[in-house]
Amino acid sequence: MILNNKGIGILGTGKYVPEKVLTNHDLEKMVDTNDEWIRTRTGISERRILEDDKATSFMATEAARKAIEDSGLSPEDIDLIIVSTVTPDMAFPSTACLVQDNLGCTNAAAFDLEAACSGFLYGLSMAYGQIFAGLVKNVLLIGAEALTRITDWTDRNTCVLFGDGAGAAVLGEVPEGKGILALNLGADGRGGKYLTQPAGGSLMPATKESVENRMHYIRMEGNEVFKFAVRTMADASMNVLEKANMEISDVDFLVPHQANIRIINSSRKKLKLPKDKVVVNLNKYGNMSSASIPVALDEAVKEGRIDNNDNVILVGFGGGLTWGSCLLKWHK
Amino acid sequence: MLFDKLKEIIMDQLEVEEDEINMDSSFQDDLDADSLDVVELIMAIEDEFDIEIPDEDAEKISTVKDAIDYIEKNQ
Repeated sequence: MILNNKGIGILGTGKYVPEKVLTNHDLEKMVDTNDEWIRTRTGISERRILEDDKATSFMATEAARKAIEDSGLSPEDIDLIIVSTVTPDMAFPSTACLVQDNLGCTNAAAFDLEAACSGFLYGLSMAYGQIFAGLVKNVLLIGAEALTRITDWTDRNTCVLFGDGAGAAVLGEVPEGKGILALNLGADGRGGKYLTQPAGGSLMPATKESVENRMHYIRMEGNEVFKFAVRTMADASMNVLEKANMEISDVDFLVPHQANIRIINSSRKKLKLPKDKVVVNLNKYGNMSSASIPVALDEAVKEGRIDNNDNVILVGFGGGLTWGSCLLKWHK
Repeated sequence: MLFDKLKEIIMDQLEVEEDEINMDSSFQDDLDADSLDVVELIMAIEDEFDIEIPDEDAEKISTVKDAIDYIEKNQ
């Protein structure tokens, strides 16, 4: 869809990452790996680990609090809360309802959505549609993930990749021609098998065997996901540019999903984008699934890198397989 | 011809010089590629020769000759 007759955009952003840091050197003591291998293959130096007694809703709430404050609204002004997560506190109630209670957003409807690492983009599209249709005025969108809770710490191929954190944005009306200019979502269920957490759902409820066989952890076929990711990031970025009649040279910043520096570099080369236009923070946090993009966006804005009227592409891909992209003319 | 085309792709992807590449060169052992470099190389080959190389086949392609044989068979 191409969207330009009503200004809908991001009014405020916020992030939360746990204090506890797990470095590559720490991982060397846990599995057969080393700092140099991890850095050259992934670009990650350290990641954050959520405290044992806390859960996803805690991080989501902290990030959301900052985003609401940044937007200048109050919790009562929020009409809808969407939490994107693959690691909800529990199957139900939804994490969004827990966040609603924590924040006192008494006027808000609340639900979780799951589109894995593309979740924040899916959420942006849902929020846009709700506001565009006039059903709601302000939406609180949060990507929050406690991925280290479903990380197999005996699998050296995957355990180096993930971290915990949350990023949030408040969406609402902005002046015409600003904010979200184009959106693109997609899915290819044929590739679902490449990235899974097999047990814990209705197909394979938790049993003694499922736990013993380590079926409750993230499983990934790295090479297949890598290929999909590189192609998708480039295609999805071009898709929103074409919808808005823009060229790659019009892009001021690309905020990609932070899964792997090699994926980011490879798609950056495909797009022929200079390095300084791509926002990268995965060295500090690893892959935080749907929290990666909003955290990177919040940091780039708060550091003063992204400024008003910059053309910004957010682009993500992940399990499902799913992907999404959004072109924004930044306005806050 | 195929060898020349492939050499160009390898030089571009792995950032090596033309004279380093011969039929028996192993991507990982001789040309200093890591596993992700090889995935990117396979992708470039897929794009250039308009073929799809499934992961189980890609795993068997470790030298320049392997790649040429595969392309010849599947193009």
